Amino acid sequence: MNVKTEGSVDSEAVADDVATARPRMRAARLLLQAVILAVSASVLWWMITNPRFEWPVVGEYLFSEAILRGIQTTLFLTVTCFVVGGLGGILIVAMRTSPFTPLRIIADAYLWIVRSVPMLVQLIFWFNFAYLVPRIVVGVPFGPELFSWDTNAVVTSMVAGIIGLSIHDSAYMAEIFRSGLTSVDSGQKDAARALGYRASQIFFFISMPQAVRVIIPPAASQLISLMKGTSLVSVIGMTDLLHAAQIVYGQTYQVVPLLLVATIWYLVLVGALTLFQRWLEARLNSAYDRSVVERKRVSRAESRNA
Amino acid sequence: MNETPLLQVRSVTKRYGDTVALGGVNLEVEAGEVVAIIGPSGSGKSTLIRCIHMLEPFDSGSISLGGEQLGFGRVRNTLQPLKESAVAAQRARMGMVFQQFNLFPQMSVLGNITHPLTHVKKVPNADAVSEATRLLGLVGLSEKADSYPRKLSGGQQQRVAIARALAMQPQLLLFDEPTSALDPETVGEVLQVMRQVSQLGTTMIVVTHEIAFARDVADRIVFMEAGRILEQGPPAQMLGSPSPRLAAFLRREADAEAHAQGN
Repeated sequence: MNVKTEGSVDSEAVADDVATARPRMRAARLLLQAVILAVSASVLWWMITNPRFEWPVVGEYLFSEAILRGIQTTLFLTVTCFVVGGLGGILIVAMRTSPFTPLRIIADAYLWIVRSVPMLVQLIFWFNFAYLVPRIVVGVPFGPELFSWDTNAVVTSMVAGIIGLSIHDSAYMAEIFRSGLTSVDSGQKDAARALGYRASQIFFFISMPQAVRVIIPPAASQLISLMKGTSLVSVIGMTDLLHAAQIVYGQTYQVVPLLLVATIWYLVLVGALTLFQRWLEARLNSAYDRSVVERKRVSRAESRNA
Repeated sequence: MNETPLLQVRSVTKRYGDTVALGGVNLEVEAGEVVAIIGPSGSGKSTLIRCIHMLEPFDSGSISLGGEQLGFGRVRNTLQPLKESAVAAQRARMGMVFQQFNLFPQMSVLGNITHPLTHVKKVPNADAVSEATRLLGLVGLSEKADSYPRKLSGGQQQRVAIARALAMQPQLLLFDEPTSALDPETVGEVLQVMRQVSQLGTTMIVVTHEIAFARDVADRIVFMEAGRILEQGPPAQMLGSPSPRLAAFLRREADAEAHAQGN
């Protein structure tokens, strides 16, 4: 009996050895490849040579100060609203899972209203908040007032933009968090309760860390749509990337090249976000899931051998 | 004078819709006692210990640990549910080992034991680590301290779960079918660890289908059927001359086991 050590390779010549096989000729694939190449080359050529794209103008404005300042505003709004919206989302999802019914009702109503009303309408509403509430007053209800401010001084277009986008974001993030939390096995909660963890500790130490892997892909999509959503703030007079481009072509009438400038920047920003998302997912998966992948491979191998 | 038992379960009932899960259960467990609960699936064994641990509410009756009622307290002579923090503190006095282990996958083996110590019992980190290391030695998994639960076999995960429960120094340790989800070849190592734990003088209630384990380790066997305790007594007496219904149950269990091994 020939005893082999584990993992050794026994190179005995065998008839019909699969190692001697050559790749199959795939004519259809080659043809398709050629077609794809030809079409994309012609589209690219058309874009480069078509004078109406006005590439020199694109180059002129791509790094202009007005555009760069617009990008700054876009990035600032995106990051701020994502953080505020994310924290708001955690609050909403905690309310929705609360055993206290009034909190659940408030959270449900909030989600219903915020997700129903178009974001554009919400932005304009917050921008015109001063019309409804001329003065912001802190005081005892029906009693004396302690502090008060002029609403127009507090709710600037920047503040209205942040409030509107953050509220909108928080509703969607809450749904994303909820789907992540429901993906966590209920036995985890049982175990934590059995050990004496309180509900808030279970949420932050047990459920959330396990939900993160499920949350990241939709949260990244939400971040991307938030970034593009910031372009709506132009209606309330904020100069984000898109509005900066619009201001320029309002004066020069070079609409197409300036929209191209904005498009190129959105492609770059979203591309960078996507790379970051891939990196984050890979990192989380390698820290947490490698053993699962290995086990699956082993059990597949075992079932083959059986 | 009679000492009060550690655990007192008095006339506990629970229904799921029309089904009676517990139909008036009375059970007393003395400190240091090892009680095995056996009975067919759906007889209410797991429901009973989940009610004891306050993981599930029950409809009527009362349960107390060390003379203190679990989950409820009197405010000006009216019985009210306790605050969440008080319930959590009572739960921390008991330990539970689950059928599905329920280790926290995002924490290492060591972290699974130290995290509850530092976050629930507020034990200083260094003390938690040394206690966790000692207990991993007890269950024979010292070399796995830095592994993650998913890398362990079912039997190893269950041994970690036992160490995690022991670390909290529970007055009462509950086992909910601890070997039912295991591969046959790892059942023995878990039962061995449970035997060791029983020798430490830990008060244990074990819901199990392992009749041999119940006979060897338990001080008392409780036989449940259809949400009621039908009989209870020392293993030798219960298993030596079983009543007709217990005998029928034991025969079915033996058949099931023979069938499982035949495969």
